Amino acid sequence: MSIFEYAPAPESRSVVDLKPAYGLFIDGAFVDGSAGSFKSVNPATEEVLAEVAMGDASDVDRAVAAARRAYDEVWSRLPGRERAKYIFRIARLIQERARELAVLESLDNGKPIRESRDVDVPLAAAHFFYYAGWADKLPYANLGPDPKPLGVAGQVIPWNFPLLMLAWKVAPALACGNTVVLKPAETTPLTALLFAEICQQADLPPGVVNIVTGAGATGAAVVGHPGVDKVAFTGSTEVGRLIAKQVAGTAKKVTLELGGKAANLVFDDAPLEQAVEGIVDGIFFNQGHVCCAGSRLLVQESVAEEVVDRLRERMKTLRVGDPLDKNTDIGAINSAEQLAKIQTLSEAGEAEGATRWSPPCELPERGFFFAPTIFTGVSQAHRIAREEIFGPVLSVLTFRTPAEAVEKANNTAYGLSAGVWTDKGSRILWLAQRMRAGVVWANTFNRFDPTSPFGGYKESGYGREGGRHGLEAYLDV
Amino acid sequence: MSKKPAVAPAPRSSVRKTYKLYIGGAFPRSESGRSYPVTAPSGEFIANAAQASRKDARDAVRAARAAQPGWAKATAYNRGQILYRIAEMLEERRDQFAHQIAEVEGLELDAAHAQVDAAIDRWVWYAGWSDKLSQVLGAANSVAGPYWNISSPEPTGVVALLAPATPTLLGLTSVIAPAIVGGNAVVAVAPDACGLPAVTLGEVMATSDLPGGVVNILTGSTAELAPWLASHLDVNALDLAGVEAGSELARDLEVAAAENLKRVVRPSAGYDWEADPGLSRVKPFLETKTVWHPIGI
Repeated sequence: MSIFEYAPAPESRSVVDLKPAYGLFIDGAFVDGSAGSFKSVNPATEEVLAEVAMGDASDVDRAVAAARRAYDEVWSRLPGRERAKYIFRIARLIQERARELAVLESLDNGKPIRESRDVDVPLAAAHFFYYAGWADKLPYANLGPDPKPLGVAGQVIPWNFPLLMLAWKVAPALACGNTVVLKPAETTPLTALLFAEICQQADLPPGVVNIVTGAGATGAAVVGHPGVDKVAFTGSTEVGRLIAKQVAGTAKKVTLELGGKAANLVFDDAPLEQAVEGIVDGIFFNQGHVCCAGSRLLVQESVAEEVVDRLRERMKTLRVGDPLDKNTDIGAINSAEQLAKIQTLSEAGEAEGATRWSPPCELPERGFFFAPTIFTGVSQAHRIAREEIFGPVLSVLTFRTPAEAVEKANNTAYGLSAGVWTDKGSRILWLAQRMRAGVVWANTFNRFDPTSPFGGYKESGYGREGGRHGLEAYLDV
Repeated sequence: MSKKPAVAPAPRSSVRKTYKLYIGGAFPRSESGRSYPVTAPSGEFIANAAQASRKDARDAVRAARAAQPGWAKATAYNRGQILYRIAEMLEERRDQFAHQIAEVEGLELDAAHAQVDAAIDRWVWYAGWSDKLSQVLGAANSVAGPYWNISSPEPTGVVALLAPATPTLLGLTSVIAPAIVGGNAVVAVAPDACGLPAVTLGEVMATSDLPGGVVNILTGSTAELAPWLASHLDVNALDLAGVEAGSELARDLEVAAAENLKRVVRPSAGYDWEADPGLSRVKPFLETKTVWHPIGI
């Protein structure tokens, strides 16, 4: 029973002008694809939002040719300060069309409007703003005396933060003087296509940004194209491995931002109320569709019971449902396929002996939804402690000493992120030194900023995106 | 009923702008009530500008001091957005500035336009620096011991800037933007004919979400105002750009500035305002703060 009854507060979708069908964006124009089309579905209602062109190898070929032409004839010849102006324009256009982008993102992805409005879209604009500033300052980046662009970047992005991941990829690539061929995720192509329109409004020279929608084969064609000088991928470790093999023996520069199974460490001296908020944000933000999600909660034994009790109380107030409702905390799971994966792993958790708990919550009848879930009594051998679930499912483990916490936190093939909750500064830094993870959040979680590098250790991938370090991925230094 | 005689409409007279100072986000006249005529190089009268006094300079320093902590506390992202906004506002007034510069500097319109373009691009250049300074100038230091040690730039405080007489807009931009991007507040002296574009630039700033007091502009005589600013104990740094290199005035000002150890940027003879400025005018107005913290269980 909740204390407050909420009236629905839906964001209007009238701000979005959906077309019935979308083409590929090649050489500055929308063109038909060669392999038919596919449907993009609203995961909260299962309604078809639009037909989207399916790009095949010949389309990728056209896109790469356009990108190469734009690179040779226009983009690589522009002085940095002139490139910067186009990127600043894009940043401004994203800010101007923020509401439209946010609603479209929530429709296509299923994430709560509160998140697309307050996190995804503003961060995407900030990313373009930040990298626009670098375009004429590359010699100051301390990466080498004469940094040069690589050429054509082939970029494949996931469905969890469609526009934001586009920004992470496109902004530094353009700032460094490269042109791009981008393949958005199959289930979330729509904001990328709206971004294509923004490129037109910014008068970005044709061919500098090309967007080829499609599925896995389309992505593989981008990665494998001989005219691509740089491959950037964000997605699963499984596909990352395939890409690393596909580019082996070529001259392509590669960055991979892959899966994670982050440990979120809570010590007995932590401010527990704050920690519980951080745990909730760490695992339930974006339905847990976050590669750096704090999916393994490691609590010091002496406070484990209290933390879990408080966590359960807090979870009872989470509102699951319509992504466009401004009160919604947890929206729709992005696809039926992902929902099935979350269900399978959750069932494995129960079968292997962990205790499953979800707050009482009514899920909508249509659409793909999954209640926020925690497992207690989880051992390190359980699948739910080892495999990335990529859903709103938290595994709770305990530890006694800092050394044991480090041991357990690092006992994973992944190494993307970690969280530490303690009042003691020296302990934060001691733990941060020992975490085999690319990002360590202390007394906070899931913080992102364009100035801050992001990326993983071990099988969470290689290379960094964001910040000064993120430039190197797109430069010959 | 009498019929009105048909008369030709009287020619319309233009409404001329009064040029005032820019202090604390407002446009006051000089408290001294003085003004000076600004003339074209040909000697033709253009307008009167307010002639700032010692009291105006002190008011400006107080406004800058009051505004500085808030400006420094704003996120670097926010400061960058505001500097970029200034560029946007300038671009919109490109022709206005070009005509004004052509008039006061006696330039061909093309040359004046080129100067405005360079000034706009310079604002964009500095806008991009706001959130990168600490990444380029800061460091994580590998001290020998179990300590976390990190150095980052911080603004020095209030900076007094003596802008060059020419190029007017580019000169002003080139001294103001690098000082404020890192979080300082400034008092800029725009000498003589530079006063007119300076006040118009103030109008741009007043409509660009720049908090009042971050930039204060005094028009008038550098020789009159500079000694008060150089000896002012609540001013942290001094840019002597508009003073003749090697002159007695330059030396005297530096001596006065030494009293509270102001950071001083000396004038350089034949300085090229069009050349890439790098970080040469940013770094002098930044302090480096180093923080230590132990590492241990």
